[in-house]
Amino acid sequence: MAKAYSPGLQISQRVLHSSRRILPIPGDVLVKVGETVSAQQIVAQTFMPGDVTPINVANQISVAPAEVPDCMLVSVGEEIQAGDLLARSKGIFGFFKAEMTAKTSGTIESISHVTGQVILRGDPLPIQVRAYQSGTIKEVIPQQGVVIESEVTFLQGILGIGGEAYGKIQFACQKEDEPLVDSQLNESMRGNIVIGGARMTGKAVKRGIEIGVAAIISGGMDDEDLKEILGYDLGVAVTGSEHIGTTLIITEGFGDIAMAARTFRLLKEREGAEAAVNGTTQIRAGVLRPEIVIPLDKNSQADAESHLKQENALGVLEVGVPVRIIRDPYFGLLGQVGDMPTELQTLESGSESRVLEVALDSGETVVVPRANVELIEG
Amino acid sequence: MNSTTVKQLDPVQLNVILATDCGSTTTKAILIEKINGEYRQTFRGEAPTTVEEPAADVTVGVVNAVTEVGELAGRKLIDENGEIIRPAKGNTGCDIYISTSSAGGGLQMMVAGVVREMSAASAKRAALGAGAIVMDTICSNDKRLPHEQIQRIRELRPDMILLAGGTDGGTQKHVVELAELIAPAKPQPRFGGTYKMPIIYAGNQEATEFVEEAFDDDVKLSTVANVRPILERENLAPARDAIHDLFLEHVMAHAPGYNKLISWADAPIMPTPGAVGNILQTIAERQGINALGVDIGGATTDVFSVFDGTFNRTVSANLGLSYSISNVCASATLPMILRWVHLDMDPRELQNHIKNKMIRPTTIPQTREALVFEQAVAREALRLAYIQHKEFATTLKGVQQQRTVGDTFSQNTSGQSIVDNMKLNLLVGSGGVLSHAPNMNQTAAMMIDAFEPEGMTVLAKDSIFMMPHLGVLAQVHPQAALQVFERDCLIYLGTCIAPRGFYRSGKTCFKYHISGNSLNQSGEMLCGQMKRIPLGFEEWAKVIVEPKRGYDFGAGSGKRKEFKVRGGTVGLILDARGRPLMVPADENNYLAELTSWVQELDLFPENHSK
Repeated sequence: MAKAYSPGLQISQRVLHSSRRILPIPGDVLVKVGETVSAQQIVAQTFMPGDVTPINVANQISVAPAEVPDCMLVSVGEEIQAGDLLARSKGIFGFFKAEMTAKTSGTIESISHVTGQVILRGDPLPIQVRAYQSGTIKEVIPQQGVVIESEVTFLQGILGIGGEAYGKIQFACQKEDEPLVDSQLNESMRGNIVIGGARMTGKAVKRGIEIGVAAIISGGMDDEDLKEILGYDLGVAVTGSEHIGTTLIITEGFGDIAMAARTFRLLKEREGAEAAVNGTTQIRAGVLRPEIVIPLDKNSQADAESHLKQENALGVLEVGVPVRIIRDPYFGLLGQVGDMPTELQTLESGSESRVLEVALDSGETVVVPRANVELIEG
Repeated sequence: MNSTTVKQLDPVQLNVILATDCGSTTTKAILIEKINGEYRQTFRGEAPTTVEEPAADVTVGVVNAVTEVGELAGRKLIDENGEIIRPAKGNTGCDIYISTSSAGGGLQMMVAGVVREMSAASAKRAALGAGAIVMDTICSNDKRLPHEQIQRIRELRPDMILLAGGTDGGTQKHVVELAELIAPAKPQPRFGGTYKMPIIYAGNQEATEFVEEAFDDDVKLSTVANVRPILERENLAPARDAIHDLFLEHVMAHAPGYNKLISWADAPIMPTPGAVGNILQTIAERQGINALGVDIGGATTDVFSVFDGTFNRTVSANLGLSYSISNVCASATLPMILRWVHLDMDPRELQNHIKNKMIRPTTIPQTREALVFEQAVAREALRLAYIQHKEFATTLKGVQQQRTVGDTFSQNTSGQSIVDNMKLNLLVGSGGVLSHAPNMNQTAAMMIDAFEPEGMTVLAKDSIFMMPHLGVLAQVHPQAALQVFERDCLIYLGTCIAPRGFYRSGKTCFKYHISGNSLNQSGEMLCGQMKRIPLGFEEWAKVIVEPKRGYDFGAGSGKRKEFKVRGGTVGLILDARGRPLMVPADENNYLAELTSWVQELDLFPENHSK
């Protein structure tokens, strides 16, 4: 077999991209098919059942659980406010009655005669979904959400921290192998998506958070710096819910590693454009990588040929395709696939594996296991 | 046929058996044939699992894997309609088709019980034994406030919930309270919004009515016998059976293509870990031994044990060698990992290296340094998973004990671990890092360092991760499963002999005398030494050990012991490093000892021979 599937990160100058924007529970879709939406526009919303507070009424008014229903001054379904009287015990000969008031507002959901517990449901919690990608509504999924489509410049990173963010693309580094240090960030970057080059230092990230940048994107970072920023060691690559004050995306990996020249060039072409980024990463079955979505303006012409080229190249590892080596001893180096011998070969580690040759950009040729390369897609 | 029950089959008529295991990424098919009156595994094939788009039908992957087996075996197994041909006639078809599945993340459950150490522990054991991943355990004493518990239930999207609590006839209030917490949380199932969340109630039977009252029609509540009818006894089988039934009826039926797969199978489809536990139990029972099995994967590590007939299984979520490698390092700490590394490595580079493996989990070690480090991480992942297993596999807690004068100085309480390394007879390893290590000495070394077996322990590895297939087969045809397990599934690495007792630098640990067909040697082992003595596959030898005072091979401190040991691809390993395994404080001394172990076991030979 001369071909193998080795998916890599997608980097496309121009691609017809669609985003599926779905509510976690059924609700209302606020837009129609064909409508044009902007990135931060709310396209669907719903209300989640409010938080639940259990109240042990039997304990609080010192009665047996079975007596609680008779002591309740409010009934199931009734709305109450904080401070409202909830229950009163019968007392002894009508004296020494114990009372209790509600500490929070909500609706009485149930009163148990077995446990003496009353369940209070808080106000519904609104959930809103933004468009994220500006474009046209291609599909409306009733009660769930929408699919938005538009032509964009699309880039995937390898790992992100934090969720969705929006802003203008602004460069802090002028070369892809230039590390991003704190002195390169300034007040003019507030609310923008800052592009670095090689490793982003911990100090640079802290400076970015101070300034209030929307996101920082660079080639790599040190594990030690990440640990300090998060306050804990990231155990599994499932991210997106962090709240560190900005969104971070690394495009290549951990360590002193330059951003791939093509990625840097592509971002440079779109300097000043409004973009949406999402740091959410999930590396498990059903991989989710962080992404940078930069809508193309309406006047630019579609390049049908580039779509075609990309579809042909997608996912197939074959002679001549550009790849990135993703494991030491050649970690981070880029090149093109040379020979792909079919026989298993013994590696330096002693393991037997199918390998391929990579003609590096430096002119040198190295042999690596097929599992240790990924395609540069797009 | 909708097979939630075993089809009535005559074992004598079964000559060709086809089995598949639909894993998260790969579907593995094996063919078992009756050759000269014995069942043997003959061919295997694999194909990517197809539960996700674009195929979104698990049977596509099954057909692909089975087709590969068919091509290799020269047997037509799939007909023109793309279905498995049965029964076998000449070179066509098979007599029975069985399958396991962990595709789509396997079976994910939440359990709830009143007391963490009692009913909640029993409920967790039932869920784990059925092959589930337990996402969280909610209990009255888990130190979370009720609203925090409700919030947690709302966040989780389990496939089903198991609720237990109270002994039969005991207090009802607490278990009903738990039901009252779960009901308003309205837990959402993981797959599809169209089916009702299955909840199994296995608690105080007298509280059933009140528990039913607490739930509305949004859930599908089933009641089974109490997992802890009295404090002194567990009754896990009814809950496990209910989990299996609901897994088939609800969870799998909603996964793409599973309805078709269920109709193809001649026996109920089992969750993969449940099947592995099944075969290990069968083996331990038939051979009258204590056995331990481990499967180390990229994301999780499963440990299965059978001690004195009691089966336990734990899943250490987030202890694995690719997706979870960073978590292993965070839990074990880098210095603990580096104690298994005899080469000089830069800690900062290693930390970045670990994270790079986490974000690109499919890569493999190319250099010797990378392999040494990965195997060091594997030792710590296995060690931590085993600690978790030992803490979980205990005698029942909360049981009243009658103590006599003789127990005055005994500190034994209820809830002691039943896992005893001295009683362990067979240790079976599986999973990429153990099964695909470049040489089997490395596999044996990783298992010994991580599990620290004591006395005499036979080491083996699962050749091609066939245990799941054999676990389902054991339901239908135990004899065939046992024959294949013994002959084709296990690769015997050899035997480890090690005494319990603390390391004492420079002192003699034990003397030994080995006699057998190809062996006749005696010697003395100093503390900290290891020795490998070649003893071939299917060879046996007699070993007499005479430990010094303070060292015990199972007969007591300083007492002589005789073993009949089994050979294998690695042979006999004498381990005088002491138990528990301690690291010499002096770094130079330690490195010298570590290097001597590496050399003695020939872990990284220059010629990379297998």
